[in-house]
Amino acid sequence: MDKIKLDAWVGIFVAIGVISLLGLAMKVGNLTSNDIRETYMVTANFENIGGLKPRAPVKGAGVVVGRVNSIVFDTKAYHAIVSIDIDKRYVFPKDTFANIYTAGLLGEQYIGLEAGGEEKNLEQGDRITQTQDAVVLEKLISQFLYSKASEEE
Amino acid sequence: MKTLLKFFEKIGCSFSSRTLRLGAATRLFFLILIYSADSFKRIHLTIREIYFTGVMSLVIIIVSAFFVGMVLGLQGYYTLQKYGSSEAIGVLVALSLVRELGPVVTALLFAGRAGTAITAEIGLMKATEQLSAMEMMAVSPIARIIAPRFWAGVITMPILASIFSMVGVLGGYVVAVPIIGVDEGAFWSQMQANVDFRFDIVNGLIKSVVFGIACTIIALFEGFDAPPTAEGVSRATTRTVVTSSLVILALDFVLTSFMISG
Repeated sequence: MDKIKLDAWVGIFVAIGVISLLGLAMKVGNLTSNDIRETYMVTANFENIGGLKPRAPVKGAGVVVGRVNSIVFDTKAYHAIVSIDIDKRYVFPKDTFANIYTAGLLGEQYIGLEAGGEEKNLEQGDRITQTQDAVVLEKLISQFLYSKASEEE
Repeated sequence: MKTLLKFFEKIGCSFSSRTLRLGAATRLFFLILIYSADSFKRIHLTIREIYFTGVMSLVIIIVSAFFVGMVLGLQGYYTLQKYGSSEAIGVLVALSLVRELGPVVTALLFAGRAGTAITAEIGLMKATEQLSAMEMMAVSPIARIIAPRFWAGVITMPILASIFSMVGVLGGYVVAVPIIGVDEGAFWSQMQANVDFRFDIVNGLIKSVVFGIACTIIALFEGFDAPPTAEGVSRATTRTVVTSSLVILALDFVLTSFMISG
């Protein structure tokens, strides 16, 4: 087996491998999306985050504009501080609403951003002041039962 | 009574001999690492081994991957459509392949094809005294023969696993979209939304590298340690396949539990 043919075949082999890896990354995985763009981080406080997890999508008008970075519990004020990375291309005003929605009926939870009307925009390190917690099923049921009970009175 | 004692004797003997062999294999592993400089300075040694382990395995990997992908597509569709989620077939095929089937099946095929070839080659070299001849000439057989094969195996495994996953996904696509009629856009978009590069694809690659190290070391050790007879070499190749398969599946469980929790 002479050297040139050997080298050629190994070169082709490695090339096929690299192409399949790139194919996997781009077509099968999600490497083409906002993971490689520059982002800015803002925080938001929630009383109950429900099933929100890190790396959950952050959507504006249904379009993914960022990802949840981290979720920590504030031991002083007893609420959750959620840090989100928003793509630098998308700017939101300072009075944006951050709500936790569920994708589909039982799907994963995500943060939906609704723009307010202020002129100044959110910057790195700002805090979103208007937030709405996730819908917790137990609270909904107890609300329903309570309203049913008071109705019958 | 005597048969019972003999039974325990056999167990004890096999246990101690296996432990000794495990120690010898670990020694071989560290020797390979120490003598690895030559595998990279004289890279043509390693390239020759990449040809014989990797390029020659391409046919079996690609054909198996295509059929595995097609079967996944078919079976997945008939189960998913009962729950009305036939559009998730892309996610099913891609995640099964990238996370588990790609690395594991590639490693099993690699152990069967390339592993046995390595074991037989080195066993034969030992039986025909080529290894002793090299030592006589002050050429380290580990540096010249064993280490290049080790690095070739480690380099080849992730490449083969990526090829397996990609061809498998294409196989699943061929069954799901043109043949069964699942919507093409839904197939790819659901897949892209649910397959994460860092957690799925990179983890699959890490698994395939670990399997490559394990399989290649087992194949090299069985060949190096084989009794220098024809029967010894053939027994050694069988042991390579059996041991590699068990170790791959055990390591798969260990790695998966690390990756899921951590």
